[in-house]
Amino acid sequence: MGEFNNNFILGCSAIGAGLAVIAGIGPGVGQGIAAGHAAAAVGRNPGAKSDVTSTMLLGQAVAETTGLYGLLIAMLLLFVKPLLP
Amino acid sequence: MGQGILLSAGADIDFMIHGVFSYELFGQTVWITTTHVCVLIVMLVIVAFSIAANRAIKHASDVPGTFQNVVELVVEMLDKMIGGVMGKFSPRFRNYIGTIFIFILLSNISGLFGLRPPTADYGVTFAMGIITFVLIHYNQFKYQKVKGVIAGLCDPWPIWAPINLIGEIAVPISLSLRLFANVLSGTVMLALVYALLSKIAIIWPAALHVYFDLFSGAIQTYVFCMLTMTYITNACTTDE
Repeated sequence: MGEFNNNFILGCSAIGAGLAVIAGIGPGVGQGIAAGHAAAAVGRNPGAKSDVTSTMLLGQAVAETTGLYGLLIAMLLLFVKPLLP
Repeated sequence: MGQGILLSAGADIDFMIHGVFSYELFGQTVWITTTHVCVLIVMLVIVAFSIAANRAIKHASDVPGTFQNVVELVVEMLDKMIGGVMGKFSPRFRNYIGTIFIFILLSNISGLFGLRPPTADYGVTFAMGIITFVLIHYNQFKYQKVKGVIAGLCDPWPIWAPINLIGEIAVPISLSLRLFANVLSGTVMLALVYALLSKIAIIWPAALHVYFDLFSGAIQTYVFCMLTMTYITNACTTDE
């Protein structure tokens, strides 16, 4: 550990946190697709609006989980700083 | 130097859990943290509401007053939501689902009142995940018997059993992490706004509060309860 000081480790942690939140792209695309299909479903069958909405929210929340894992990794790197000696 | 990574805000950013006081238990130092205090406050609010609701229902009148109307509305809404998902199993789980619904909702909203939301502590959400996990497997063994559980574990072929086992263990972890990370992200973002933009954060953070505390909190409450109900209903349902 002698040659790398703590500032270097903190800088690399910040870069890693930035890379980790790129995971948000996937859920964004997925939620958009789900919302688009839900809008199409409501357009075809306006009577089922509440059912479609609750199903869409549930699916979106499940799809969101992978993005949240990325966010958690970023939080750990930034605030818990597990890499510091 | 450790704080240097937090942009230029110095020590103003505060969304961590703090210890209030510590005591010794079996040689371990145990901390009473802000989470405990916030859970206690939320609990007191729920208990006070319950006592008032009990009194209102005992003296119920044919033409309900305002408070009785609110209580009936809450109970009917929960009954409808639980009955819609669980069907014939709903009477047995109405108490549990209703309790965690109200508790999570009030916990998420408590960010509006200056508390740190208790659900932004992984200890709280993981405890609820564990309760759900125990409920799922208790009911699975009760309704599907040991044979059905083993058959479900070896679903396509017996060689898939380890993967199915990991899938079972992942249920409470993903359930609790989803709630935790959603509430935590809102808490962190609001703390960053208040710390970094403290000079211009006058009225407009109210909009952020509406989104992060009310909207996101309500959605996550709904999702947690829906998923819990879905998992339990799946565990109760037999093939016949």
